[in-house]
Amino acid sequence: MTGKRRIRIMVAKPGLDGHDRGARIIARAYRDAGYEVVYTGLHQTPEEIVEAAIQEDVDMIGLSSLAGAHNYLFPRTVELLKEKGADDIVVCGGGIIPDEDIPTLKAAGIREIFTPGTPLDVIVKWVADNVEPRGEY
Amino acid sequence: MNDLVENVVKGDIRAVARLIRDIDDGIPGVREALKALYPHTGKAYVLGITGSPGVGKSTLVDQMVSHLRRKEKTVGVLAVDPTSPFSGGAILGDRVRMQRHSLDEGVFIRSMATRGHFGGLTQSTRSAIDVLDAMGKDYIIVETVGVGQDEVDVVKSAHTTVIVVIPGMGDDIQAIKAGILEVGDIFVINKADREGSDKTLSDLRLMIDMDQKKYEDGGWKPPIVKAQAVFDKGVEEVLEEVEKHRAYLLETQGEIDFRRSPKRVREELMDLVKNRVIEEVLGKLTETGDFDAAVEAIARGEKDPYSACDELVLPRLEIH
Ligand SMILES: Nc1nc2c(ncn2[C@@H]2O[C@H](COP(=O)(O)OP(=O)(O)OP(=O)(O)O)[C@@H](O)[C@H]2O)c(=O)[nH]1
Ligand SMILES: [Mg+2]
Repeated sequence: MTGKRRIRIMVAKPGLDGHDRGARIIARAYRDAGYEVVYTGLHQTPEEIVEAAIQEDVDMIGLSSLAGAHNYLFPRTVELLKEKGADDIVVCGGGIIPDEDIPTLKAAGIREIFTPGTPLDVIVKWVADNVEPRGEY
Repeated sequence: MNDLVENVVKGDIRAVARLIRDIDDGIPGVREALKALYPHTGKAYVLGITGSPGVGKSTLVDQMVSHLRRKEKTVGVLAVDPTSPFSGGAILGDRVRMQRHSLDEGVFIRSMATRGHFGGLTQSTRSAIDVLDAMGKDYIIVETVGVGQDEVDVVKSAHTTVIVVIPGMGDDIQAIKAGILEVGDIFVINKADREGSDKTLSDLRLMIDMDQKKYEDGGWKPPIVKAQAVFDKGVEEVLEEVEKHRAYLLETQGEIDFRRSPKRVREELMDLVKNRVIEEVLGKLTETGDFDAAVEAIARGEKDPYSACDELVLPRLEIH
């Protein structure tokens, strides 16, 4: 038994927009960096995302949103994690997010926001620098 | 660790999720947890679903979960996807098709990668099945891509193994014949909305009939079901065949005890013992550098590999 924890990441797409190309590209980049990525697909509610994240015991959730409901969906996800006692799961977000929304989102507990110009390797590297395997049960 | 087991038995989601993670990551303490868990296992009915990539396994699993839930059965799902041999990472995407069950408390879904599990995928999956069993799930469905021997072995731990194929897989049917046919209890021709399902049906039937003798002696003859999982067609028929197979097992082997049948137990125990011996002996050999030293000695022509092997292994066989 090696006993080495591997980082697991959930890539989720809350909200109504129907494009998941971005989310898939990110998922692949994480995989190529050696992470295990659970992908949930489109149109997820924060409730569904959080429940899945707990069942999957992921260390991080990457939320992707293009449709502008991030100001509700992202903080709601963090809030639900807290309610479930799972707020040691790191949440970050990406997508089309106006700069002026970022401080509010960070204050709500979203650890980092990646906007469309961010290079993939920066997004991937961020995990290595900021995400640890979750604490003991 | 014992708290963890207690909470698993109570059905606590976080405990279940964490114990499976510990199994996956090979955390040493997990062995004790599995010992404590074992008395709580043996109640669930385990289904294995396998088949080539993209044939609709996850879609079928998703529909089966819905049907079982309508019958008020609780369900655990283990969805296994391949680890990338290049990075060691994986994209676990089966969940996409099943996510509508995410909020249903009677359903627990877990994605697993095939990654270099110590003791192999089969071992980890068996242990994860035990966890879902102990948490009280009535049915446990394990999905794997039927490509390698590992994945085929995994579904062998199931009570009933379902092989999914699609029309027009002429060559693939040959491949099935080579390895998977023997383990299939039920065959599903999915995507029967596509052309060629009758041809696939007769090809399959021909292959199954070749084992005629086995069935004449009272063996189980695998039925073939046509399905369109995405349209929820044929799913109930698949479940009916599962129940028939279950009845057959009950009649011939005492169903639930099936996973504890001497044959099965022998296999599982042999795997455990093998892995443990490898871990204890090989693990220590590589740690101490004795192995590398022996390699060098053989390369320099100072030693023959047979003596080196004896010298490495024999003193280490007395493990407390
Ligand atoms: N036409 C048709 N398409 C189907 C049917 N069942 C599933 N599909 C589609 O087949 C594709 C693959 O389905 P999955 O359920 O993901 O297949 P899978 O075997 O789990 O795939 P992997 O896990 O990647 O090997 C999806 O686009 C499904 O919608 C069917 O009965 N008919
Ligand atoms: Mg699948």
